[in-house]
Amino acid sequence: MADAAIQGHEEHDERGFFTRWFMSTNHKDIGILYLFTSGIVGFIAVAFTVYMRMELMEPGVQYMCMEGARMFAAGAGEECTPNGHLWNVLITGHGILMMFFVVIPALFGGFGNYFMPLHIGAPDMAFPRLNNLSYWLYVAGTSLAVASILSPGGNGQMGSGVGWVLYPPLSTNEQGYSMDLAIFAVHVSGASSILGAINMITTFLTMRAPGMTLFKVPLFAWSIFVTAWLILLSLPVLAGAITMLLMDRNFGFTFFQPEGGGDPVLYQHILWFFGHPEVYIIILPGFGLISHVIATFSRKPVFGYLPMVWAMIAIGALGFVVWAHHMYTVGMTLNQQTYFMLATMVIAVPTGVKIFSWIATMWGGSVEFKTPMLWAFGFLFLFTLGGVTGIVLSQAAVDRYYHDTYYVVAHFHYVMSLGAVFCIFAGVYYWIGKMSGRQYPEFWGKVHFWMMFIGSNLTFFPQHFLGRQGMPRRYIDYPEAFAYWNYVSSIGAFISFASFLLFIGIVWYTLTRGAKVTEDNYWNEHADTLEWTLPSPPPEHTFETLPKQSDWDRGTAH
Amino acid sequence: MAHAKNHDYHILPPSIWPLIGAIAGFVMLFGAVLWMQGITPFMFLAGFAGVLYVMFCWWAETIRESDTDQTPVVAIGLRYGFILFIMSEVMFFAAWFWAFFKWALFPMDGFAGTEYAAPHIHAVDPFHLPLINTLILLLSGCAVTWAHHELVHNGERKNIVAGLIIAVGLGVAFTAFQAYEYWELLAHEGWEFGGDLYFSSFFMATGFHGAHVIIGTIFLFICYMRARGGAFTAEKHVGFEAAAWYWHFVDVVWLFLFFAVYIWGNGALH
Repeated sequence: MADAAIQGHEEHDERGFFTRWFMSTNHKDIGILYLFTSGIVGFIAVAFTVYMRMELMEPGVQYMCMEGARMFAAGAGEECTPNGHLWNVLITGHGILMMFFVVIPALFGGFGNYFMPLHIGAPDMAFPRLNNLSYWLYVAGTSLAVASILSPGGNGQMGSGVGWVLYPPLSTNEQGYSMDLAIFAVHVSGASSILGAINMITTFLTMRAPGMTLFKVPLFAWSIFVTAWLILLSLPVLAGAITMLLMDRNFGFTFFQPEGGGDPVLYQHILWFFGHPEVYIIILPGFGLISHVIATFSRKPVFGYLPMVWAMIAIGALGFVVWAHHMYTVGMTLNQQTYFMLATMVIAVPTGVKIFSWIATMWGGSVEFKTPMLWAFGFLFLFTLGGVTGIVLSQAAVDRYYHDTYYVVAHFHYVMSLGAVFCIFAGVYYWIGKMSGRQYPEFWGKVHFWMMFIGSNLTFFPQHFLGRQGMPRRYIDYPEAFAYWNYVSSIGAFISFASFLLFIGIVWYTLTRGAKVTEDNYWNEHADTLEWTLPSPPPEHTFETLPKQSDWDRGTAH
Repeated sequence: MAHAKNHDYHILPPSIWPLIGAIAGFVMLFGAVLWMQGITPFMFLAGFAGVLYVMFCWWAETIRESDTDQTPVVAIGLRYGFILFIMSEVMFFAAWFWAFFKWALFPMDGFAGTEYAAPHIHAVDPFHLPLINTLILLLSGCAVTWAHHELVHNGERKNIVAGLIIAVGLGVAFTAFQAYEYWELLAHEGWEFGGDLYFSSFFMATGFHGAHVIIGTIFLFICYMRARGGAFTAEKHVGFEAAAWYWHFVDVVWLFLFFAVYIWGNGALH
């Protein structure tokens, strides 16, 4: 059956290195490029956080000094004048890199490219060349972002320190051109994502295998489809907002300057109209991926396929009408706040549908805790926790107290760092055997999971306490009173970083000496999407004869 | 590709254009920053030339492919892709309209304790040049539709070509009038390029629209050249359709601009 679907897989791959990786029109190769690049950028962004947690470990400033950034704490006799700008650059860089250049490229660009066409039985993407333009624009955007960190910025130093949301007046008044480069970096990565979204939607709509009607499409492909719509409709709005910043900065425009009739709050509205869909862009592909992992390792078809699909659609649609819950404190009317509060809480309903369906999938299944399942299980627990603090924050009255405190930091890291990133790792362990033809070492995969699970919880759980005590976010220093939990949080960050290094080792080991994968489907019959009918790694061209309905239709989806 | 391809989808050989395009884009934007800093315009211009070159070569390839490997499903895919692109463009304009509505609905001088006083601005009469421009653009849309009609109903080739060149001519006229209006406003009516939210949103919204008119005119002109060369049949004319859709999109944006920025904005200025 498998061989029938992929005619000609013995053929020798004759492409040269440059042709294969720099001129690619192959969705699988482009997916791998995305995954590797986002891994490298992820390492940079994580390294930033380790340095920041070093600084926050003890009250006072020990490392980020005007006299020079240090790797070891200043000794007794040494001067250390706090360098707040360096701190601001690091939080900005961490945010921008993680949001635009790590998580979206890994989940949407990487796994989306590699597995969405396979799931629907398509030989490639609808626009294979455009697909590669998306990838290279992403690299160009990353280069601009890194250039921004290294060019003249505010306070006579390098880099811009305005926070990833680029709020004016800070972003319009900062000197140098670091900010301009950051704006263009976001423009380019946005163009890359929009082109990718156009490609994904077209592929999904026109290239599904014969007989695969919309509601027979696997959940991961559905999640990519919904995500693509969010990208298509929200990122151009961001492009408008940051173009306004550019005009204000360089050409004397006054979109956000009160002295010229402009309003900084206008920027916040336009930014968050993009920004809220953005957080669902980050998490939705993870939702799709986790559904497959949980079904596979519970040895049961996923519970409630149709509600799962509609929940994703509902989350995507609702994501466009709740943006101002990020800005309760800017002085909106009570009616506006009430609306945004209610609309936000409604999102808990489709999200709840998903969480309970995953639990119901496991219910009564023979659950097997292989590494991908551990990550999925961890995701379920931690994402729920982050979701619950989200409900707390959605209350405009409560948000008066929590706004811009570490409680918010804890909340969004629970849904992103522990939600989306756990999905990425679940996907890597689930599919690395399929993509590389070699299997990861199970023991070390589990060690990686437990290190990361303990490390990241130790990092972020205490931040709830800090937030409740009133510690504001985005500061380089804090009073003695917050010292205890900051110390704990830093220890957690170091453990997480160690787990990341272990992960690099695991990937390197897997790719060079991992056990060869011999079976097409090395999990079990509940890994029932089409990639499991292909050899590992799949040949250059897959589905040159389109798959038959019997290859993928288990009749269990509904 | 030595082996059989048993489906109608588009499998392409490796291509260098995406890589060169992205490099040119990087050079152009880095150069734009240097130019805005007053350092040098040349890096921007070099990057921009690179981007144009890649666009030209890539799309020339796409046009050549339309003769050889454009199966029905590939043609449908291209149509879907183009409609999706237009949808993203609509959302881009949403941001500029948002800024304008903010100015019209919640002007800063209406807030308690504000020190901002709206400057006196000489309003444009929407029923002079802007109305003429509206008619020009709508007429141009009619010309495109005429060409489209002739094309799908196997009409005369010379009518298709005539419809397209009329549309292009009217598009150029629109751009010329718009440029004249800008010049008149800036040179004689005391308008400034920036300096107030009204000016900011007026020039960016109409300016981006103007840029889209120019792009759409070029797109139609290329269709005109291709139609003269005998391209397009009643069954196969994806490029023509895309240009026509784009032109109608530009039309509709203008109608919203006319009603909001010109008519409503004119009322709000008085």
